[in-house]
Amino acid sequence: MAADSRVSEITAPRVNLRKSSLFRQSLRRLLHNKLAVAGFAVVLFMFVLCFIGPFFSPYTDNKINMAMMNKAPNLQHWLGTDALGRDILTRVMQAGRISLTVGLASMVLSVFLGALLGAVAGYYGGLLDQIIMRIADLLMTIPSLPLLFIFGALLSEWKIKADYRMYIVMLMLSMVNWPGLARMVRGQMLSLREREFMQAAVVLGLRDRRKLFGHLLPNIVPLLIVMATLNIGGAILSESVLSFFGLGVMPPTPTWGNMIDAANNILDFQERPWLWIPPGLSIFATVIAINIFGDGLRDVLDPKQKR
Amino acid sequence: MSTYLTKRMLYMLIILFAASLLIFCLYALTPGDFITGNIKLTAERKAELREIYGLNKPVLERYGTWMNNAFHGDFGYSLAQQKPVLQLFGDYIWNSFLLAAVSTFLTWLIAVIIGVISAYKQYSWFDTLVMIAIFAAMSLPSFFIGLFLIKILAVDLKWLPPGGMMTTGSNATGFAYFKEVVHHMTLPVIVMTLLGLGSLTRYFRSNMIDVLKQDYIRTARAKGLKERKVLFTHALRNALLPAITLVGFELPALFGGSIIIEQIFNWPGIGQLYMKSFGLRDYPLLMGFTMFLAILTVIGTLLSDILYRVADPRVRL
Repeated sequence: MAADSRVSEITAPRVNLRKSSLFRQSLRRLLHNKLAVAGFAVVLFMFVLCFIGPFFSPYTDNKINMAMMNKAPNLQHWLGTDALGRDILTRVMQAGRISLTVGLASMVLSVFLGALLGAVAGYYGGLLDQIIMRIADLLMTIPSLPLLFIFGALLSEWKIKADYRMYIVMLMLSMVNWPGLARMVRGQMLSLREREFMQAAVVLGLRDRRKLFGHLLPNIVPLLIVMATLNIGGAILSESVLSFFGLGVMPPTPTWGNMIDAANNILDFQERPWLWIPPGLSIFATVIAINIFGDGLRDVLDPKQKR
Repeated sequence: MSTYLTKRMLYMLIILFAASLLIFCLYALTPGDFITGNIKLTAERKAELREIYGLNKPVLERYGTWMNNAFHGDFGYSLAQQKPVLQLFGDYIWNSFLLAAVSTFLTWLIAVIIGVISAYKQYSWFDTLVMIAIFAAMSLPSFFIGLFLIKILAVDLKWLPPGGMMTTGSNATGFAYFKEVVHHMTLPVIVMTLLGLGSLTRYFRSNMIDVLKQDYIRTARAKGLKERKVLFTHALRNALLPAITLVGFELPALFGGSIIIEQIFNWPGIGQLYMKSFGLRDYPLLMGFTMFLAILTVIGTLLSDILYRVADPRVRL
C-alpha cells in the first residue's frame, strides 16, 4: 500500500506536466501577442461590465421617471436618459447581457451542429454525407439576410412572446451559421481519416463512436476553438442587425441592436445621439476585441490556417 | 473539363430547384398576406381578390404555377405596385449597381495599394496600424456606421446630403443631374467601401507576403533589378492573380443590392425595394428577389471555380 502511494506520488506530477505542456506553450505564445491580450482584456471587461455592472447601478428597476425624460449625459446619469426617463448606461449594460448571451449561445449551438454534422458526413461518407452536405449547400445558396428576415417575420406573425424571442433568435442564427462550419470540419475529417493513427484505431478494433469522438474530433479542437471565437463576433453583429430592423429580439427586452432603433426616430437621431451611439460603440468594441483575440488564437493554435 | 461543367450545371439546377421550393414554402408559411393587411377591404372583396390571385389554392399547386411561370421568364406581378416583378427589378437594379460598382472598384483599388505596402513593410508600425484598421473595418456594424456618418457628415456638418438619390423636388437634367447623384452617393459609397475594405486588404496583404517569400523574387533581386520593378512587375502580378476567383463572389453584391445600406441611406435600389415590400408582404416580389439572389450566388460560385482553374492551371476540376 505504502509503496503504491509513493509510486503514484512520484509519477503523478510528471504526467501532469507532460499533459499541460502543449497548453502552456500555446498560452505563453498567446501572452506574447500584445494585441491579442488587449483584445481578451476588452472582451473580459465587456462581460464583467454587463453582467456585474448593473448590480452597482441605482437605476436597475427601469422605473419610468417623467421628471428625467430625455436628459443629456450628466452627473447622475452618465450617458443620459431615454424618453421614459430610464438610465442609458444601465440599459446598455442590461442590453449587453442579452446581446452577449445570444452571441455566445448561438455560437455554441452552431459549432455543435457544424462539428457533429460535418464530422459524421466526413467520417461515414456515402448517403449520409450526401444528405447532410446537400442540405448545407441549399442553406448556403439562399443569402443569409433575406433568410433571417423571413424567419424573423414568421416569429412576429406567430405572435411569439417577447421573452422567448431571444431563444429563437439564437436558433435562427445557428441555422444560418452551421453549414459553413460543417463544410470545413468535413474537409478536415476527410484528410484525418486517412492518417496512420486512424489505421491503428481500425486495427485496434475500436468502435465508430470512439474513433469519431475519441480520436478524430480532438484533432480539430484547436481549429474549432478559433472558428468558435470568430463566430461569436459575427453572431453579435447579425443579432444587432435583426433587432435593429425589429425582426430579432424585441423591446421591452433590451439588446444593443434594438436600442439603436431609437435612431429611426428623426428627432432622437438628430438631437439625442446619446440614445443610440453608446450601444453602437459597445457592439463595435466587443466585436473588434473578439476578432483580434480570435486572430491571435488562430496564430497560436492553427498556424497553417490563413485567410 | 466539359464533363465537369455538365455535372456542375446539372447540380446547380437541382440546388436552385430545391432552393425555390424552400423559398416558396417559407413565404407561403408566413401567415397573413398582402390582402389580410389591407383593412379597407370587405370580407367579400378579400375572398374575391384571393380568388383572382390564386391565394386560396393549396401551397403545392401555387408553387407549380409559380415555377411554371418562372421558367417562362415571368416572376409574377407585384401586388403592391401592380407591375411585373421583372420590370420592377429592371427599374431598381441599376441604382443598386451604380452604388455597388463604384464602391467595389474603390474597395479593390485601395485594398491592393494598402495590402501591398503593408506586406512590403511587414511588422513595421504602418503594418500594425493597417492590421488594427482591418479588424476595425471587419467589426463595424454596417447600419450603425451608416447612421453615425450621416449624423456627423450630414446632420452636424452639413457637408453631404443624408440620403436619397436626388434632392426632393429636384428635376435637374444633364450635368446637373449627374452632379447631384454623385453628391448623394458619396456617403453610401464611403460606408460600403469601408465595410468591404477589411477582409480584402487582409487577403491582398497575406497573398503578397506569400509571394515575396518565393524563390523567383529572390532571383529577380539577385539579377539586380530595381526594387520597384521587383515589387510591381514580379510580385504584384502573382499576388493579384488568385484574386480573380473573388470576382465570382462579388456577383450577388454587385447586382443584388445591399439591403442594409440602401435602407439606411434611403437609396432607391433593389435592396430598399425588398425592405419596402417586406413590410407589405408583397410575396411575388419577395420570392422573386430571394430567388434572384440565389441564382446570382450559384452562378457566382461556378464562375469563381472556373476562374480558379484559369488562374492556376495546376488545379484540376
